[in-house]
Amino acid sequence: MNWQVIIPLLLFLVVIFSVGFWASRYVRSTDSFLQEYFLGDRQLGGFVLAMTMIATYGSASSFIGGPGVAYTKGLGWVLLSMAQLPAGYFVLMVLGKKFAIIARKYKAITLIDFLKERYKSKAVVIISAISIIVFLFSSMAAQWVGGARLIESLTGLSYTTALFIFAVSVLVYVIIGGFRAVALTETVQGVVMLLGTIILLVATIIAGGGIPNIIQELVAENPNLVSPYGAERDLTPIYVSSFWILVGVGVIGLPQIAVRAMSYKNSKGMHQAIIIGTFVIGTIMLGMHVIGVFARAILPGIEIGDKVMPTLTLDVLPPFLAGLVLAAPMAAIMSTVNSLLILISSAIVKDLYLNYLNPKATENQVKRASFWVTTLIGVSVILFALSPPDLLIWLNLFSFGGLESVFIWPIVFGLYWSKGNKYGAISSMIVGMGSYILFDRLNPNALGMHTVVLPVFLSLIAYVIISKMTDKYVLSSNLHLESNG
Amino acid sequence: MKDKRFKIAHKEAKIGVALVVINFILWFGFAYGLGSGDPASYNYVFGLPEWFFYSCVLSFIVMFILVVFSVKFLFKEVSFEEEEERGDHT
Repeated sequence: MNWQVIIPLLLFLVVIFSVGFWASRYVRSTDSFLQEYFLGDRQLGGFVLAMTMIATYGSASSFIGGPGVAYTKGLGWVLLSMAQLPAGYFVLMVLGKKFAIIARKYKAITLIDFLKERYKSKAVVIISAISIIVFLFSSMAAQWVGGARLIESLTGLSYTTALFIFAVSVLVYVIIGGFRAVALTETVQGVVMLLGTIILLVATIIAGGGIPNIIQELVAENPNLVSPYGAERDLTPIYVSSFWILVGVGVIGLPQIAVRAMSYKNSKGMHQAIIIGTFVIGTIMLGMHVIGVFARAILPGIEIGDKVMPTLTLDVLPPFLAGLVLAAPMAAIMSTVNSLLILISSAIVKDLYLNYLNPKATENQVKRASFWVTTLIGVSVILFALSPPDLLIWLNLFSFGGLESVFIWPIVFGLYWSKGNKYGAISSMIVGMGSYILFDRLNPNALGMHTVVLPVFLSLIAYVIISKMTDKYVLSSNLHLESNG
Repeated sequence: MKDKRFKIAHKEAKIGVALVVINFILWFGFAYGLGSGDPASYNYVFGLPEWFFYSCVLSFIVMFILVVFSVKFLFKEVSFEEEEERGDHT
């Protein structure tokens, strides 16, 4: 065990813990438990908002998986990863002020609250809650596995012990601190991710003898490594471009991101968050993936992609700095997991329990339910992560594209098209999810694009056509909600 | 119910869409416009292949400047709270 590497990691955990505990004061003293626990009382400022969005969005794949692929594919994969830049500004600009105003008007605490008020439909609520619970649970378990593997490889502890350490450190502060603890710890985690990227990038360039030298070594090995088409020339422009839907503009349909667009304090905070967010996400995505490519010139012959980033870090940095940089992927994983945990818990407590099971629950019952549900989900994720079943791995594939296909149009049209109605929303959700599963099984790269593209397109058509067809019926039954301007 | 703030919100959403379109054109145009030739005969800027420098590094900087410009000069601050309270009483 290399203590010089482990000490900064431990320090990082201690800081995260203290921030989480500090945030739990607000949960104890609040007079509006639900709004505080699941939305941080809508008090996020610009910096925290930017960091919490980026940290939630940036996961194991930005720090471990992505650089590993960039290592084998070359600069073409960096090009693809830059499709994530819009996630920094697009979500907040488009959901933006309208979502903030309407969410307050509806007194919405969760994304599903918003959909419930907008569409007045039990089916919409239940489909949404189930999609969130099923897909994000599996996605969370997958991140959990990644976190434990990372600790395992850095410390030499067994997988089970590593999983336990990782799980306990996340669970405790989320359970007691709620959304505010999540957002504040994510701010620390976001800063660690940014600094880690910059330190490692500089060290990598120095270790490789400067950028021109590194690039020329790559050209000498295989000129395609520095082309936009990938080492094997298998990255077609249409395939790479289709990632603009999956990881760029489609991010608007991810519940864990959208809920953050209703958590900020004022428009000044939102403006700052757009600027900070664009800078940070661009730097992290460009930096980490470039690091992956450059690593090939410094440490050729790494077989397993996931090992590229940790191996490189330990090679090019002194142990203490390496520990600091390796806290970055840890931060990325923790910050994704904690957001998902609180979101799933809100779907169960706020959207299912309070809406349908026990609408008259007292403040104390709600508190108890929130703590218990969050704990229970946390513990069951651990059990799943001990030996992940195949089904879970399969479901995890849908957590990004599948959720986007389900939610993107009900959210966007819910805000901007007053004629959109619940029939349109329900059919769009069913078509989105159904076609995503079908395409994934039958033809994952239809027309040479990523699976997500056609389902998003089909759910758009379903939403518009069904809304238009049922427009008269909805008007006559007087369910039409004309309050969105 | 008409809300003046929604006009601002709609304008800003359109700016968001316009920025993504610009971003995509810069990214795609430079990458495949300059990078589709034989990799052995690429030009280099600061040691990076020309297509990569323009499409990934410079476009990022340009987009960041455009985002800052839009937010500073085109976005307007509106209050979220006022309307909420008015809504409560009606």
